[in-house]
Amino acid sequence: MKIAVPSEHQTLNEEVCPSFGRAPFYVIYDTENKTTDYLQNTAAGSQGGAGVQAAQLIVDQQVEAIITPRCGKNAAAVVQEAGIKLYRSISGSIESNLKAFEEQRLSLLDEIHAGFHRHGGR
Amino acid sequence: MKQVLVLSGKGGTGKTSIAAALIHLMKAKAYADCDVDAPNLHLLVKPEDEGDHKDFYGLQKAVIHQEKCTQCDLCRQHCRFEAIHKTSDYELDEFACEGCGVCQWICPSDAITMEPAKAGDLKRHWKPALFSTAQLRMGSGNSGLLVTEVKKRMKEGTEMLSEEVPIALIDGSPGIGCPVIASITGVDLVLIVAEPSVSGISDMQRVIETATGLNAQLAVCINQWDNSPEHSKEIRDFCDEHRLPLLGEIPYDPIVVDLVNRGLSMAEEDCTAGEEVRKIFEKLLVLIEENRKEPIA
Amino acid sequence: MKIAVLSGKGGAGKTLVAVNLAVAAEKAVYADCDVEEPNGHLFFKPKERESESVEVTIPVIDTEKCTGCRQCVDFCRFNALAMIGGKVMLFEEICHSCGGCQLVCPEKTIHERKRSIGMVQSGHDGEIKVLTGILNTGEAAGVPIIKEILKKIPAKGNIFIDCPPGSACSVMESIQIADFCLLVAEPTIFGRDNLAMIHELVTLFDKPAGLLLNKVTDGENPSQIYGLEHHLPILGKIPYDRELSAINAAGNIVSREIPKYEMFFRELLQRIEKEASHETSTGA
Repeated sequence: MKIAVPSEHQTLNEEVCPSFGRAPFYVIYDTENKTTDYLQNTAAGSQGGAGVQAAQLIVDQQVEAIITPRCGKNAAAVVQEAGIKLYRSISGSIESNLKAFEEQRLSLLDEIHAGFHRHGGR
Repeated sequence: MKQVLVLSGKGGTGKTSIAAALIHLMKAKAYADCDVDAPNLHLLVKPEDEGDHKDFYGLQKAVIHQEKCTQCDLCRQHCRFEAIHKTSDYELDEFACEGCGVCQWICPSDAITMEPAKAGDLKRHWKPALFSTAQLRMGSGNSGLLVTEVKKRMKEGTEMLSEEVPIALIDGSPGIGCPVIASITGVDLVLIVAEPSVSGISDMQRVIETATGLNAQLAVCINQWDNSPEHSKEIRDFCDEHRLPLLGEIPYDPIVVDLVNRGLSMAEEDCTAGEEVRKIFEKLLVLIEENRKEPIA
Repeated sequence: MKIAVLSGKGGAGKTLVAVNLAVAAEKAVYADCDVEEPNGHLFFKPKERESESVEVTIPVIDTEKCTGCRQCVDFCRFNALAMIGGKVMLFEEICHSCGGCQLVCPEKTIHERKRSIGMVQSGHDGEIKVLTGILNTGEAAGVPIIKEILKKIPAKGNIFIDCPPGSACSVMESIQIADFCLLVAEPTIFGRDNLAMIHELVTLFDKPAGLLLNKVTDGENPSQIYGLEHHLPILGKIPYDRELSAINAAGNIVSREIPKYEMFFRELLQRIEKEASHETSTGA
């Protein structure tokens, strides 16, 4: 299966990028043949709706899981509709997160934050 | 690097003055101004170099090429934003254009193209310290993207510095919308400057509501508390109830205005406001240290 | 006459001035276009409130007929549409209601429906009609609400428009119908920079304007210097006054509490009227 992780640069040695929609890259890791690809996030420069477009990019890659510290409401709606599971990243490098995922040590991201366009309210 | 963001909800609460004082006190090696609508921090941190400049492009906007236009009127009829006017030629009101691309699509003679429109300017200074800032062009609505760019340029800048930056300080944008959320994303601690008034409290609550979902640690301070002791008490009670650390209460001090007009922050001269801001700074350091030990997931 | 009250930044005293000018005019309309943070109603506490929802149009996709060609998703420049498993998903809050998706759909499977993004509330405080635009939290753009408020403003009478802070498109919308713009500025270098910004804006729109200096102290006033240097008529000065800020902070209207301020705002209104008529007669 393929996993996506937002990243600042094309490396596995850095921490997971804190922003899902505006991350410059996504690490696409294939658990079967242990290959790593870097997908440039063309949505990062969107004026609005970056989360939706970024999620669409990932959905189109046939990814089955995403490891991220947080995810906006709109992006989450897209990936959940596509049946992709969201896992909460842990501190440490992307590589250690991938390892933790394979050892089933990551928990599901339960809280979806409100994101840009809705945050509770009156 | 820990990132501290100063926010207020309402404008005019003294957010920038307090941010500048904190920058002075922590001898910050990196800071940013995310108030891209009305950036003011540069007036107090006084960059000493020209800095590097970059144009910021927002959404594309329509451009009408008169030589191809057959005046069929379809673009004007289909524009939902009333951005195309018919005079002798068809003209675009670039302030009304939202860049949807409908006119380009509907035009039968390819007389309309969508082209990048400059929406602001990004600037980065290096002296006396790394300072990333931007100015949004008039009429170019709020921009979370520009705020993200400002923060990104600060972060990239710190990677180019020879020494490590322990704390970076960010002056946030007012309001509760897109730019504020973009300001909060990825920061470790948010200091909210509250003004003791009905509107100040209502705006503070709205900004806290916005920040809560974003996993940053929150702290509050009151500015000019003695302008309304009753409302200051209300803020205090609110903080107690929501277990928000209240780091200090700065009194109104007429010297602050004079200092600001001389380009100085309240921490740069002996005054009652400066004293309180120093206490806030020390408590802030403690919070950051705690945060370093147990980072919020 | 329609007077728009602006400031480059929140907290300069825009609402204080607009509210008290409306009180000075006695019979007036106060229109709060600061739809993200509408605070004028906290002062007027209007009675007999009526609310009217403000709606925008959003697309509805007929999933039965949709062939999943993805043209609408590709067309939407705001990223309000996504395509998952051959199905189109809509993100209402991001949609700008441009109607593009409906146009490009080759199967004509898209029609539109209305969606509320906020409301315009109208009420009365004695002879003052209070119009308040309220944007729902989480909504991106308040311009449709401002347009709705402006539609409700009568052609004649004393109209005071409390604008959003800054110089974004929402401010441009708010000053469209104004005969005169009153710029409110604080006596700091921040105030001066923000003043320069909105001065540029009103100049661009060819609106006659005047300056009101707020929170004035004894020291140097950079905003005043700006006004003098740029031939922007200075129509009044409000000194920094703790009593005023306490009354204002409590949500009370200062010219109803202190006769000195009642006088001040009456005179200010007269000066504005004089300045505006002068501007029109000289064709400026």
